[in-house]
Amino acid sequence: MLDSKIPEGPLADKWTKYKDDIQLVNPANKRSIDVIVIGTGLAGSSAAASLAEMGYNVKALCFQDSPRRAHSIAAQGGINAAKNYQNDGDSVHRLFYDTVKGGDYRSREANVHRLAEVSTNIIDQCVAQGVPFAREYGGLLDNRSFGGVQVSRTFYAKGQTGQQLLLGAYSALSRQISKGKVDMLTRHEMMDVVMLDGKCRGIIARNLVTGELERHAAHAVVLATGGYGNVFFLSTNAMGSNVSAAWKAHKKGAHMANPCFTQIHPTCIPVSGEHQSKLTLMSESLRNDGRIWVPAKKEDADAIRNGTKKALEIAEADRDYYLERRYPAFGNLVPRDVASRAAKERCDAGFGVNKTGEAVFLDFASAINRYGKTEASIRGLSEPSTEEIVTLGKEVVKAKYGNLFDMYKQIAADNPYETPMKIYPAVHYTMGGLWVDYNLMTSVSGLYATGESNFSDHGANRLGASALMQGLADGYFVLPYTIGDYLANDIRTGAISSDSAEFEAAEKAVQERIDHLINNKGSKPVDDFHRRLGRIMWNECGMSRNEAGLKKAIVEIRALREEFWKDVRVPGNATSYNPELDKAGRVADFLEQGELMCMDALAREESCGGHFREEHQTPDGEALRDDENFAFVSAWEFVGDPSESKMIKEDLVFENIELKQRSYK
Amino acid sequence: MNLTLKVWRQDGPEATGHMDTHALGGVSPDMSFLEMMDMLNDQIIRAGEEPVAFDHDCREGICGMCSMFINGEAHGPGRGVTTCQLHMRSFNDGDTIAIEPWRAQAFPVIKDLTVDRSAFDRVIQAGGYISVNTSGNTIDANAIPVPKEQADDAFSAATCIGCGACVASCKNASAMLFVSAKVSQFALLPQGQPERESRVQRMVEQMDKEGFGNCTNTGACAVECPKGIDLSNIARMNRDFMSATVKSKK
Repeated sequence: MLDSKIPEGPLADKWTKYKDDIQLVNPANKRSIDVIVIGTGLAGSSAAASLAEMGYNVKALCFQDSPRRAHSIAAQGGINAAKNYQNDGDSVHRLFYDTVKGGDYRSREANVHRLAEVSTNIIDQCVAQGVPFAREYGGLLDNRSFGGVQVSRTFYAKGQTGQQLLLGAYSALSRQISKGKVDMLTRHEMMDVVMLDGKCRGIIARNLVTGELERHAAHAVVLATGGYGNVFFLSTNAMGSNVSAAWKAHKKGAHMANPCFTQIHPTCIPVSGEHQSKLTLMSESLRNDGRIWVPAKKEDADAIRNGTKKALEIAEADRDYYLERRYPAFGNLVPRDVASRAAKERCDAGFGVNKTGEAVFLDFASAINRYGKTEASIRGLSEPSTEEIVTLGKEVVKAKYGNLFDMYKQIAADNPYETPMKIYPAVHYTMGGLWVDYNLMTSVSGLYATGESNFSDHGANRLGASALMQGLADGYFVLPYTIGDYLANDIRTGAISSDSAEFEAAEKAVQERIDHLINNKGSKPVDDFHRRLGRIMWNECGMSRNEAGLKKAIVEIRALREEFWKDVRVPGNATSYNPELDKAGRVADFLEQGELMCMDALAREESCGGHFREEHQTPDGEALRDDENFAFVSAWEFVGDPSESKMIKEDLVFENIELKQRSYK
Repeated sequence: MNLTLKVWRQDGPEATGHMDTHALGGVSPDMSFLEMMDMLNDQIIRAGEEPVAFDHDCREGICGMCSMFINGEAHGPGRGVTTCQLHMRSFNDGDTIAIEPWRAQAFPVIKDLTVDRSAFDRVIQAGGYISVNTSGNTIDANAIPVPKEQADDAFSAATCIGCGACVASCKNASAMLFVSAKVSQFALLPQGQPERESRVQRMVEQMDKEGFGNCTNTGACAVECPKGIDLSNIARMNRDFMSATVKSKK
């Protein structure tokens, strides 16, 4: 049923051979081919810029006021690449292996190997663009290590790597805009894809400033629309991040793969109250130097919670560095899913350290001490005092993580140089997404999905610093090749007209839905429904899941969806700038997507990566996979009603990696 | 906390705007400023009125989308923070807070507190890039060492989030801090050298075309900049611009 179109041959040769064999489009013909790219994050900007450089006519859309604001901008820690600059034994194979293992063996070998292969090109490309990565004193690029691996392969720009990479891609995009090769439509949202003769041939878009609906025809459409973490209402995603473009594609025939694979990031600033609108990540890079702990004694935890004791008053011997205790080999650098569950386990057991009981400490005291001693030695201080060491150590920590510490201080009103940070897991990334084949084409001809919006590379858990790698790999180096193989058949097609009955019908359906929302005049604002959906999802389809909870969630989501359409209140009109209307459309889609996530989580009777089914765990509480029965991708087909979606399996074949119980002990 | 909010309302670029007054109670000091605005909008929507339109997205100080002029200061009373990172603990119970959009000729109001900053994009399009295609076959990333200090300075300039607080804070609505940050990032890196002169000329020309005002070195921009972009970038841009202009007249 599902053809992943993985090329034949040995793993390491597949991509090279594939590139040698695919059809090319000659430069003159590229000028008569139109491509639409939705979203301008790392995947979208890089794809739009690369396609335009190659000669295609590109139209790019983003809902923000500028392509530079897409949420890739907020990625903090870094980007992986198998450069082996540190001579610590890294290689393409090792990056490939770590990624498949980190994903708990639920990703495609061929896709991941390709990602590891092109990772090195990304760094070369970005440096050539003027991306100011961190450097060592000798002028060469610096690296750090990230969770789930034992090498230092992460390139970074302080805690703002995503920003610098996106601005690099944005500059490449800007160059093509200035040449007239990219038509950039900001404050535009894709409302639906349009199908002609079984192929995706355009979109209906809405100008968010004027409210006008627009038809855009093209030979192919690329979705680079990010993930759907905001289905949980509270996540580290931007407020505008949404599933709508992917969901509209899904409803037109693109299968949604592994929707229940959600990444809960272990180090986020805890929820402070009911008013909370989003959660802020503290980069995983902090786990290089921060040690995670909770009090070993319950009475200490109680005392901290009710404010009679402070973290610093807990003696070393009374602290439980639970990651170091449970996972001595990886310690604080276990993968995200493992770290998150371990935090939840301690907090559920009553050792949480803030008012809500949902927080653990991330402590930099030993790092400050260690760095201070090294720095004192570099400066030739003999017998430095403790204060001198601490001062010097703080300077080093500030140089490494200054902006993150500032951000924490601002939000939590607490000084992490003096007292440990409080952190708790939060929704961060979605490994699931639109099903794509090796070409990154969805199950709809001519419709592609890249970056976080597809499912392909991270399996059931993404390793840190791999999202940026995948976004840029897809946009710069994979899609520009693979899309040519499809477009080569379109050189004689000519321009696609948007005057057809299909465009007419799609536009009409979009208009009707907007009219319904505006005219509904219910009693509750959109956020009211979004918050309630988020609570259901977090409680039943969050860090751990079980059959009864998921079944309950499905019933509740259906009821909430019904209530939404009856009782939502969208103020204003549809013919002017109306952010509440934009939000209503997105929440309506989340209300369908959320149910599918629960259905997927229910169907996957095993634990793997970020998907932890309470019924399936080892005696010591680790995720228990079932490779015999669940080594497949679940791709869901929309059949008219979100509750009736059908699952299609793509079996995962592992020829180069032996499936093992993942162990970080 | 109980607050009195005076908020700028304006239907569109051509419409006349006015300040609306709202009373808002039950505000928690732990809320961010934008969460307080969410609360205000919830109250307005439930009362059957139209909510206040404002730009925001990441809510962690990096996307550069939020843009409020609060009590006469871009991004409010805090230093080194955007509006989304400003918390209500910076205010007192009973305060009256005035909230306005960025005001600059080059940033027309779209609605209420939302303004059009596409002028910034056009300045970047004029030359804020290094002309290198995405071949993946550029030289190895470590082939050209860059002294750490220079790389760090380039990074500091590159941290500009393009929010426009510099323009909003300047009495002349000058965009010099924004433009000079991008010019400096590339001027400090070896990769930026081939186009160094044409870049600064093209970007400055576009900046003038967009209707931004002149710089009179008061430094208000750098004080209000949430990312601490340094004034020395403006000096560097002036130097580069001067040098490029003299050379191109030969």
